[in-house]
Amino acid sequence: MRSRLSPYLLILPGGLWLAIFFLVPMVAMVSVSLQTGSLETGFSQTFNVQTYIDMISAYHVQLIRSLVYGLMTTLVTILLAYPMAYWIAFNGGRHKSTYLFLILLPFFVTFVIRTISWQFLLADDGIVLGTLKDWGMLPGSFHILATPFAVVGGLVYNFLPFMVLPIYVALERIDRALIEAASDLYASRREVFRRIVLPLSLPGVFAGVILTFVPAAADYVNAQILGGSGQVMIGNIIETLYITNSQYPQASALSSILLAALLIGIFVYARVLGTRDVLDASAG
Amino acid sequence: MTQNQKPLDPAQLRGLTRTRLGRRDMLRLFGAVGGAAALSACGGIGAQGEKADTSKDSVDKYWSAQKETGQLNWANWPLYLDDEPGGKHPTLEKFQKDTGIKVKYVEAIQDNGPFFAKVQPALSDGKYSGYDLAVITSGIVFNKFRDLGFFVPLDQDRLPNFNKFAGDKYKDPAYDPGNVLSIPWQGGFTGIGYNPEKTGREITSWEDLTDPKFKGHIGMMGNNEDLPNIALLAIGKDPQTSTEADWQKAADWLNNMKPLVRNFYSQNYINGLAQGDVWISMAWSGDIFQQNLSGKKTGSQLKFVIPDEGGLLWTDNFVILKEAKNPVSAMKLMDFYYQNDIAAAVTEYVNYISPVPGAQAVVKQDAAAAKGEDKAYLDAVATSYATFPDQSTYDKTSVGRTPKAGPELDKWNSIFEPVYQS
Repeated sequence: MRSRLSPYLLILPGGLWLAIFFLVPMVAMVSVSLQTGSLETGFSQTFNVQTYIDMISAYHVQLIRSLVYGLMTTLVTILLAYPMAYWIAFNGGRHKSTYLFLILLPFFVTFVIRTISWQFLLADDGIVLGTLKDWGMLPGSFHILATPFAVVGGLVYNFLPFMVLPIYVALERIDRALIEAASDLYASRREVFRRIVLPLSLPGVFAGVILTFVPAAADYVNAQILGGSGQVMIGNIIETLYITNSQYPQASALSSILLAALLIGIFVYARVLGTRDVLDASAG
Repeated sequence: MTQNQKPLDPAQLRGLTRTRLGRRDMLRLFGAVGGAAALSACGGIGAQGEKADTSKDSVDKYWSAQKETGQLNWANWPLYLDDEPGGKHPTLEKFQKDTGIKVKYVEAIQDNGPFFAKVQPALSDGKYSGYDLAVITSGIVFNKFRDLGFFVPLDQDRLPNFNKFAGDKYKDPAYDPGNVLSIPWQGGFTGIGYNPEKTGREITSWEDLTDPKFKGHIGMMGNNEDLPNIALLAIGKDPQTSTEADWQKAADWLNNMKPLVRNFYSQNYINGLAQGDVWISMAWSGDIFQQNLSGKKTGSQLKFVIPDEGGLLWTDNFVILKEAKNPVSAMKLMDFYYQNDIAAAVTEYVNYISPVPGAQAVVKQDAAAAKGEDKAYLDAVATSYATFPDQSTYDKTSVGRTPKAGPELDKWNSIFEPVYQS
């Protein structure tokens, strides 16, 4: 029985969930960021915008560093994930699901433990570096841990499946008849890729970028475990402000700034991709 | 859908296909802004607590109303209670057998700050946090708990073992005069841990952390308690009497040596030392002791030293959290652990400083009765600086400075946090 209300009833569960777990916390976060006070004296709403300015001037270095790390992570994961997804989609044959399962297998282990295992692998005299140093290929003082490379490496490793799967899905959906038609019309393999496959897979790349760039820029576990004193990310700062100092307005302001920066980044990317409607692209 | 429609006028077509801001969009916009403004305006949370009333009358009144309940919820740090394969805790089992109290033991505390964040919402609301007994380190977070009234003052009449057996150093500490709110669980030193094979020499001073030969292999602690205090000690100032100018000088000292530092660790400097990435680091006494006992693969043994300028002494303390449902059981358990043999059993496993000096004799007895590897281990525990330090070791250490919450703490944080946060 179709009533005029049925569309609204259908979106009610999802809408309610979004409202309670997304909208209300977002508004509360912005609200807290405009307050002043402390745990002992209580917080009061003063619409204090000065907090934002203080936070940007105090932590712009870490903010930019986090966005740069997020960007590098995204680019490296695209370079690694695209060939993987392409191979599975086009050459996977009967074992496609096995390969996908293999890519997802590390995720059965929790995030933090995977990162700690990288700390072990990349140790100065560990399995990788120690062997290379014994062979004389690296100077004795060379180290990867406590450098940006270790942090970005850890981020790439942790977010690779988030890039592989959306690209795989987009490639999988390409109608093979289109590729056949292109070859019939004298397109070389490279042209087929450049003019047919790549444009049709871009919505998948876009989805992967959103799933990778946003969490990678806001991450703090990799920086804490694999990084050093020059790799502090904005997530570490927010953690200190909130948990150690109980400075809720400052932590909320920094979180809002990060949120705004990431949203701007995503919208700029959507524009560059050529999609007028961001929602259209991510649904594709 | 029928076909008898007139061909569309181009203007009409434009109007149909271009997006327009209609009435509904305006309503939505105003609704969103209005909602946001409304929520913002009615934001603001009041003070989250106030200092507990510790006058004798109110404390007596509280405790006379409490009864034994037969249960207890105890939150502690990981690896901080003796255990055996199978996951049981022998001393806890004995307590449960002797008193009939059922104890739920959870290793819920990873660090003081996150634990405070975990229990604060419930306690501020006047609700039970889920834990009666907890173990909190003396310092900034301890003071936060205390200033918000989250501790229940102890019943001084229910501490016979503590009064009889606790070491003098652990009675009436500066951070809790009269042991009104807490009694110590275990203590520890902050000093320097190093790998003598990698450093090539003995380490004697905080200045050794600034040796350019160790560049890229120096570890420091990235917190606002240990780090600032050792920096003050390194520049020769007493943390308790230091001024803001001293803090700035200490921060400058830290910033000068920062290019040599590998990382400001929160807890896992010990991994670096064990793996050989870190050659020298700020360290806690028990970590080095435990690593030496278990770290056979490193080959070389780590050493712990309290530098000439002085080290830090800190204590982890038993506290009863506000709204505790089982305070009488909590008091019984706290006092239970101040017997010589029970304290000895704990320290034999935990390897941190025991507040019960009499436990040392018990550990020596256990060592005499044991054989082989166990004997060597117990001998080490009975005589180590990390478990039963002698007076000369104690004399080289002091309690670090804990800035008062408010402008003093904010200034302290604003001077020192950027050191390890950038």
